[in-house]
Amino acid sequence: MAEITYLEAIREALVEEMERDANVFCLGEDVGVFGGAFKVTEGLQARFGENRVIDTPISEIAIVGAAAGAAHMGLRPVAEMQFADFISCAYDVLTNYVATSRYRTGLACPMVVRAPSGGYVRGGPFHSQNPEAAFVHTPGLKIVCPATAEDAKGLLKSAIRDDDCVLFFEHKYLYRRIKGVMPPGDHLTPIGKARIAREGKDLSIITYGATVWKAIEAADQLAQAGVSVEVIDLRTLAPLDDDAIVATVKKTNRVVIVHEDTRTGGIAGEIAARINELCWEWLDAPVLRVTAHDVPLPSAAALEDFVLPQTADIVAAAQRVGRY
Amino acid sequence: MKGDARGAKRKEKHAAAPGVAGRLSHSDKLSLYYWMRLTRTLEERLVNLHRQNKLVGGLFRSLGQEADAVGSAFAVEEHDVLSSLTRNLGSLLVKGATPVEVIRQHMATADSPTRGRDLGLHFADMGRGFIGHISPLGDMVAVMAGVTLSFKVRGEPRVGLVYLGDGATSTGAFHEGINFAAVQRCPLVVIAENNGYAYSTPTAKQSAAKQFVDKAAGYGVAGDRADGNDVLAVYEVTKRAVDRARSGGGVTLIELVTYRRRGHAEHDNQSYVPGGEVERWAAENDPIDRYVRVLIDREKVEQSELDAIDARATAEVDAAADQALRSPPPSGPDALTDVYAGASRLAPHWYRK
Repeated sequence: MAEITYLEAIREALVEEMERDANVFCLGEDVGVFGGAFKVTEGLQARFGENRVIDTPISEIAIVGAAAGAAHMGLRPVAEMQFADFISCAYDVLTNYVATSRYRTGLACPMVVRAPSGGYVRGGPFHSQNPEAAFVHTPGLKIVCPATAEDAKGLLKSAIRDDDCVLFFEHKYLYRRIKGVMPPGDHLTPIGKARIAREGKDLSIITYGATVWKAIEAADQLAQAGVSVEVIDLRTLAPLDDDAIVATVKKTNRVVIVHEDTRTGGIAGEIAARINELCWEWLDAPVLRVTAHDVPLPSAAALEDFVLPQTADIVAAAQRVGRY
Repeated sequence: MKGDARGAKRKEKHAAAPGVAGRLSHSDKLSLYYWMRLTRTLEERLVNLHRQNKLVGGLFRSLGQEADAVGSAFAVEEHDVLSSLTRNLGSLLVKGATPVEVIRQHMATADSPTRGRDLGLHFADMGRGFIGHISPLGDMVAVMAGVTLSFKVRGEPRVGLVYLGDGATSTGAFHEGINFAAVQRCPLVVIAENNGYAYSTPTAKQSAAKQFVDKAAGYGVAGDRADGNDVLAVYEVTKRAVDRARSGGGVTLIELVTYRRRGHAEHDNQSYVPGGEVERWAAENDPIDRYVRVLIDREKVEQSELDAIDARATAEVDAAADQALRSPPPSGPDALTDVYAGASRLAPHWYRK
């Protein structure tokens, strides 16, 4: 089997699910004729028709709201936010309507919102955001953040089949940089299960998305200094895989949490709190965070590189945790 | 009566030619009266229960707007879907919601449609084809765009009806929802209920448009306007839009002109309303009083027939209230289910175990 990119893996998931289930359809800005701003949906409208790959007005509220209504009627919408940055325009519909619908009235919203997210691409304040924490805070939504091409496919297929709304934060930096060989057959990655990206015994780095790869780079460098680092790729942020977090803490007793999102109110704080509640006595050192600085993400290379977490920052944090 | 009325409606539903309320059967016309009367009687009982402190949260009346709700909902079929608003109790009743459900919703009982999780008219049943609104206004226009998109792509001959108030025409969600539905030619009827006030804000401070129906042109959809206190006119204008939607003609924006005779909710003393305005509407333009005159003068209905309908509505509401007052409140831990699909229950925090 040939390697395909993270982006092609997403497209493969869409094609397979649309072929499997006639209720699955895509909607979003420029997703049809043009194939999407990043060409994720390229060729889909020609293949499945205008009723199943719908070009919409520039309207995140209508895209998400219409997806919810269609989902009530048994369709399986896959809505695309052109950039994750614009999902905030649909924040009300997602948090007040979609997230509460089942709980309040019993009406399900089985839908996926794909949101190309993340920085390291010089996209600036409105084309680089990582808005996941705002939604992790909302009960009723599921949130996945694939780091590998295999997971991009497997998690998207699972998300489409899920009976709840899944926010699918796909990382733009990884679209064409990461490749993988897809497992054969109907490849489904379970939602809510973390993955051990690298086995280790001295220290754990817990992360997700693009920083999984920076954590692995850091682990390689630390290995040369004789430190065995375990890298946990969370894959799903809601629900969080507490078992995987506790297991790695008990194994290595030292933790660095890494994310590209800003620090204050970011999910690293939640993970640190859970470690504190669930397995504090297993720690040999304080839990440290490596995150973006609390600023809007600037465009210039020097500024963005300074603000976002880099491999050297992770190494430095690991060394500090190791000194306890 | 309720079963009879709905049965009559079913039999007659294909008989009314587009736009001709005059072809409603005699029995349909009595049904319209019944639904308006039931709405008002049920709300009056809710007021009593509210004063007895038996309700949870605020009570939002539709006094004086019963024709708007009932006449419009009467124009859709059983397999159509409507999304109601704050003052559409009558629409929900026509669509099959029952008085006991409504009272339980207002009491937040364990056996209420939302099991105590949400209040008032915020409940839904796709089996009967209604979805209650949520408090952020305008959102349901976007949701109903999606409901009706499903009708379109599946080729189903079904129609959606969504209500919003004059205030919600100012929201982005209304604009984005109706624009999406217009572009997609979804079979959707959007009713803007112009009742004069959004909470305390009069329509002149809500929009510079002379009339809300003028917005239809901007979306490239059909627009229509009717006297919202004339139940037959409401039926007629809605039926025309429903037929247009069902035959592939896309979206219609309807403005129904009515008047909110109570405050936003029962706590609101309407201090902002000019003196005499409420009283004038009550004396000169009550939708039920007006319709009674139509029934007696034009339809030759005897007052005794109307009295009998009133008595039946009262009896049904009495029975519903008795039943709802026996309903238990929910138990706290029941709050932890149904956040997600499946039967699982969230684990309570350790200090709640």
